Amino acid sequence: MSDSASPAPYIDLRRIGKRFVKSLDVAARIARHLGSSVREEVVHAVDEVDLAIRPGEVVGLVGESGCGKSTLGRMVAGILEPSEGSYFYKGRDIRTLDAPEARDMALRIQMIFQDPFASLNPRLRVKDIIGEAPRVHGLVGRANVDAYVDDVMLRCGLDPEFKRRYPHQFSGGQRQRIGIARALAVNPDLIVCDEAVAALDVSIQAQILNLFMRLREELGLTYLFISHDLGVVEHISDRIVIMYLGRVVESGPTEDLFDSPNHPYTQALLQEVPRLDQRHAKFSAIKGEIPSPLDPPPGCHFHPRCPHATARCAEERPILREIAPGRRSACHLNEGAV
Amino acid sequence: MTGGGLTLAVENLRTHFFTRAGVVRAVDDVSFSVDRGQVLGLVGESGSGKTVTGFSVIGLVDPPGRVVDGRILFNGRDLAALPEAEWRKLRGAKIAMIFQDPMMTLNPVLRIETQMVEAVLAHENIGREEARKRARDALGQVGIPSPDERLRAYPHQFSGGMRQRVAIATAFINRPDLVIADEPTTALDVTIQAQILHEAQKLCRDTGTALIWITHDLTVVAGLADHICVMYAGRVVEAGEIDAVLDRPLHPYTSGLIGSVPSRNKRGRELDQIPGMTPSLLNMPSGCAFRARCGHADAACDSAPGITAPMPARAIRCHHPLLEPAV
Ligand SMILES: Nc1ncnc2c1ncn2[C@@H]1O[C@H](COP(=O)(O)OP(=O)(O)OP(=O)(O)O)[C@@H](O)[C@H]1O
Ligand SMILES: Nc1ncnc2c1ncn2[C@@H]1O[C@H](COP(=O)(O)OP(=O)(O)OP(=O)(O)O)[C@@H](O)[C@H]1O
Ligand code: SF4
Ligand code: SF4
Ligand SMILES: [Mg+2]
Ligand SMILES: [Mg+2]
Repeated sequence: MSDSASPAPYIDLRRIGKRFVKSLDVAARIARHLGSSVREEVVHAVDEVDLAIRPGEVVGLVGESGCGKSTLGRMVAGILEPSEGSYFYKGRDIRTLDAPEARDMALRIQMIFQDPFASLNPRLRVKDIIGEAPRVHGLVGRANVDAYVDDVMLRCGLDPEFKRRYPHQFSGGQRQRIGIARALAVNPDLIVCDEAVAALDVSIQAQILNLFMRLREELGLTYLFISHDLGVVEHISDRIVIMYLGRVVESGPTEDLFDSPNHPYTQALLQEVPRLDQRHAKFSAIKGEIPSPLDPPPGCHFHPRCPHATARCAEERPILREIAPGRRSACHLNEGAV
Repeated sequence: MTGGGLTLAVENLRTHFFTRAGVVRAVDDVSFSVDRGQVLGLVGESGSGKTVTGFSVIGLVDPPGRVVDGRILFNGRDLAALPEAEWRKLRGAKIAMIFQDPMMTLNPVLRIETQMVEAVLAHENIGREEARKRARDALGQVGIPSPDERLRAYPHQFSGGMRQRVAIATAFINRPDLVIADEPTTALDVTIQAQILHEAQKLCRDTGTALIWITHDLTVVAGLADHICVMYAGRVVEAGEIDAVLDRPLHPYTSGLIGSVPSRNKRGRELDQIPGMTPSLLNMPSGCAFRARCGHADAACDSAPGITAPMPARAIRCHHPLLEPAV
């Protein structure tokens, strides 16, 4: 992140963290009242993560279910307050932004979700879903909203003829296009895509991925692309960040990371990605279950499943360090003597 | 018994749903077969008829749906018109199914032990203790640690991946001749998926069980299956040996699907995309169902193509198979 040749980051999250307290249900509260040792459980969903994204970059965020991808994505999009750390937007600590600046940031960073249906208001016509925010925020005059909506729809591969329809009258792929159009309508710089193609059939998924790539080129967009599908992330990202149980374990340029994964978890993960050209495979597997985020193993979270784990790994948390220009990994093996 | 180790041969299967809005031809003239110990990958987009095909083979199609035509030859015996009493003897013993949601198999209020032991005792006349031992071994086989303890647990005490493994162990416990797995790993993480594929593959090899693996994910089928069957809008459009089909698809749809898969060698490039979307089964165009999305369509495609075999061991449903070598 310190290489001076690259432009200043658009967003820069430092040692950012999020804890959720799972509040006790009534039974548990009564039990506690009666002297049982039931305690509130705290999930450290995101734990001291550094994430910087430069303008125009596509960063892929990968990891297994529950590792904190969506939580990190929602903090980036500003819809979830971090519990720890600081967030710099265009070099400014967001705690120092005044109200108009904060509002500008909220428009400049948009989020697209997995389930296009759940995220679209079923009672609004498509033209209102897309046109409302730009009108309210004065990005477009009332008289021009119609033409503006047509324009955004065309850009997203939607026929403006259908703008008077409701979301349920569209297929899954078209609904995702509506979600993209709604995000684009406010002229964002950065779009956080959370599993944005996960619910779609392959052929439709390819259409949407192509749309994302085309829009990036036409509009100079920056993406944080969250997915559990390594094939998708590999295809679209310039740089990849891999999370395991709330922490970043490795990050680097896509090509390098796939060619020579450093972290034992990344290595294992990449090995398990099913590929079209891999036939009659002998499937093997990382041993052990993914541990619970409620009770992560001490030291390196990966140590119970790691083939290289030593005593130190069970005690000491490995630091995410630079291992080559632009590449970082959090594993004791990189320090020579383990 | 038929010779040659053929476990299942489905011939011209048609399963239709007689709904108020009209007849849904969910499965319309589908044929395929699976040999002993082999894995058949059944792929296709959402709504193409994969699950209904699986349900037809295991006799679970409920009204308004009905198998209206075709034969389902299981070990040489036609199941298409089997009475329900006979089905109950077969299901869970000779043919088993694994669902996307393992809770379709597991009962939430019963201990794992009770469910697995009952599954054995329902079909075999052995003692409880022996059935229990078999359940324990089955859990061990799918990689569940301390199976003795785990037998006492309830399904909710397991993670999603573990539950699916219990469902797999239960499906295989009576050493069925045929297992139908309907997207059992779709909701799971890559590493857990790999474990489950590993276990399914091993069980197949060890027990000679024939396996039908239903999925929309071509990459999973690529690694797991011996043969592949591609469905589109209720029909098989291409079938053959896995390497042959994936290396040289003959149907424009198969070829488009393969081109849609993001992968290393296509990084950053535009993916081949199939334009448009699947037609509604209630409102099927005449002629080839893929016509509106196909780059090779011409006047001939106004009539529905039949199944042809342009090369050995390959079946395809298209007037213009991609026979010319790709440029
Ligand atoms: N609002 C919340 N309240 C309590 N816990 C939460 C909340 N949101 C997330 N968590 C917990 O935080 C952890 C991380 O969740 P998150 O949704 O960020 O994971 P994810 O990587 O996006 O997973 P998936 O791939 O399943 O979407 C999980 O253990 C989750 O249960
Ligand atoms: N009970 C039913 N009544 C009416 N139509 C039905 C019924 N069950 C299934 N269908 C229809 O049959 C067709 C095939 O459905 P099926 O579930 O087999 O698809 P699939 O290939 O398994 O799709 P997916 O990948 O989404 O699971 C669909 O169009 C579906 O709407
Ligand atoms: S720190 Fe230790 S346990 Fe963690 S990945 Fe490295 S070697 Fe494995
Ligand atoms: S029959 Fe015609 S429309 Fe159908 S897949 Fe073949 S070429 Fe395309
Ligand atoms: Mg998520
Ligand atoms: Mg299905």
